[in-house]
Amino acid sequence: MVSIAERVATRSPAAGRGLSDLAIRNLFIIPTILFLIVFNIFPLIYSLGFSFTDFAANQARPWSFVGLANYRDLLSDPKIWSNFVITAKYVVVSVAGQMFVGFGLALLLNRSFPFKGLVTTLLLLPMMMSPAVVGLFWKLIYDPSWGPLNYALHLGDLAWLSNPEIALYAVAITDIWMWAPFVMLLSLAGLSAVPKHLYEAAAIDRAGTWYTFTRITLPLVSPLLLIALIFRTMEAFKTFDIAYVMTTQPSAELIAIRLYKQAFQQWDTGKSCALAYIVLIMVVAITNIYVKYLNKVKER
Amino acid sequence: MAAVSSPRQAVFNKLAIVAVLVATVVFLAPIYWIGSTAFKPRNLATTVPPTVFFQPEITSFIKLFTKRVQMTKPVDPETYAAAPWWEKRIYDGGERVLKVGTKVQLSQYPNRFMNSLIVGVVSTVLAVSMGTLTAYGFSRFKIAGEPDLLFFILSTRMLPPVVVAIPMFLMYRVVGMTDTHIGLIILYVAFNLSFSVWLMKGFMDEIPKEYEEAALVDGYTRLQAFFKIVLPEATTGIAATAVFCFITSWNEYAFALMMTNRRAQTAPPFIPAQVGSGLVDWTAIAAGTFLFLLPVAIFTFLLRGHLLRGVTFGAIRK
Repeated sequence: MVSIAERVATRSPAAGRGLSDLAIRNLFIIPTILFLIVFNIFPLIYSLGFSFTDFAANQARPWSFVGLANYRDLLSDPKIWSNFVITAKYVVVSVAGQMFVGFGLALLLNRSFPFKGLVTTLLLLPMMMSPAVVGLFWKLIYDPSWGPLNYALHLGDLAWLSNPEIALYAVAITDIWMWAPFVMLLSLAGLSAVPKHLYEAAAIDRAGTWYTFTRITLPLVSPLLLIALIFRTMEAFKTFDIAYVMTTQPSAELIAIRLYKQAFQQWDTGKSCALAYIVLIMVVAITNIYVKYLNKVKER
Repeated sequence: MAAVSSPRQAVFNKLAIVAVLVATVVFLAPIYWIGSTAFKPRNLATTVPPTVFFQPEITSFIKLFTKRVQMTKPVDPETYAAAPWWEKRIYDGGERVLKVGTKVQLSQYPNRFMNSLIVGVVSTVLAVSMGTLTAYGFSRFKIAGEPDLLFFILSTRMLPPVVVAIPMFLMYRVVGMTDTHIGLIILYVAFNLSFSVWLMKGFMDEIPKEYEEAALVDGYTRLQAFFKIVLPEATTGIAATAVFCFITSWNEYAFALMMTNRRAQTAPPFIPAQVGSGLVDWTAIAAGTFLFLLPVAIFTFLLRGHLLRGVTFGAIRK
């Protein structure tokens, strides 16, 4: 194998003038890699260390190593498991809703009509907004006594966010509103890539609408739908802001909120570092699936 | 959808368009609601049934920017007559504007808004410049283990904010960087860098290599070729990446909540925190929300052509 320096030298007509390509490459890339190592990887190593201690960040008392006790306590704590169950419920409801609404909107939009561009852009507005601020104004919309939602749907004084039975779903509805446009955007990209001649051929063969949809549209759009699904699953699993702003119900306490409370309200730093690692391992697992499929789609 | 259309399909088409319009109205209703509340008089903000038609006013924006107290007795007519128009609006609501001498006391909102602006702009400039250079490196040079490095860069974005925030908080406390602009800026650069590299790499890959090679033959150095040929070609991409990074920083909540509380706090943790248990003036909060969302709405329209790329890290292109 030829070394990089040699290869660059034979490839580039600029070799010998100014900085070498190798120097420029290093100059351009190394700072970014270093920055990410210092501010993303190093903190993780730091917190891995703390996850084996009983360190509490708000107390001056000396801390000691407790081995795997934090992990053992967490994994045997039924409350933590209930946070995971709540998170799973939330992920399933909100992602399923987003896929359904988003793909449905994309199917409706996938035809030409006046102001199509404007309508599409308007529909994309929610996902560009700050989740915390979205959570806040949905709180106003959900207000049981004067909120416009209860009035519009004739729901009386249904307390969306303070009712433990439905608080989680109320947050999920807001999340669906915010992120269905994302699924819509990806689906539209997929739909516009379906070759028109396939539909023409299907029409000549007098194929029914349902047949055309399940045999042509769905298979060709599914890779992008899958990406949207994985992307949203990952994000929903990490949800913190929108739920934290909207409700304080224990029945809607997602794992990220649990982690935040443990770290910054109870100041149980050692244990929260351990919980952070448990969450991290789950996210890494989902990320790996995501990247695998992303590469598959890019190869197409 | 289909090129061969029958009357049945034409009807179906029309119905679909009607459904799209209905869906759009439903989707935009919450945004309309918050926008209209910002312009409502206070007594119409929380009525049952909700008020739809009203005389718009900007009192809520005056309230948003000033510190006020409830008045116990009606305002002295002379003072009222001498007050400027905006102060009269506050008097009309039974409140008075707090002043030190003759200087009006500003609320915390302008300060939080400025913090958002400072942190957003500085972190964006840093993330986009580093990202552009790195993307050029990845796009043009052979790099050992390139897919692994790119995956590493992408994976840093996948970390849940709370997971990173705990150790960062402890580290910042040691060096005295909690509640500082620079502390938040570093976190946002780290957060946006991965995004900026991936997005810019997509744009860089589209600029033909031949442009620079021609310049190199003409006697440019690699650096000159980069600055004089590649960068001008990449302007659109850089602008789009910058806006995406800015919106991400602008909207970010978790880091800002955990890392700042007074001096460097940005608007996202501040706006929801205003809602206490007491009598909330929703019109002022709606006004704050409206002003905060306005730049994002404008950018969304400017960016519409790049949205797909932006929300998928540039991994998928139209």
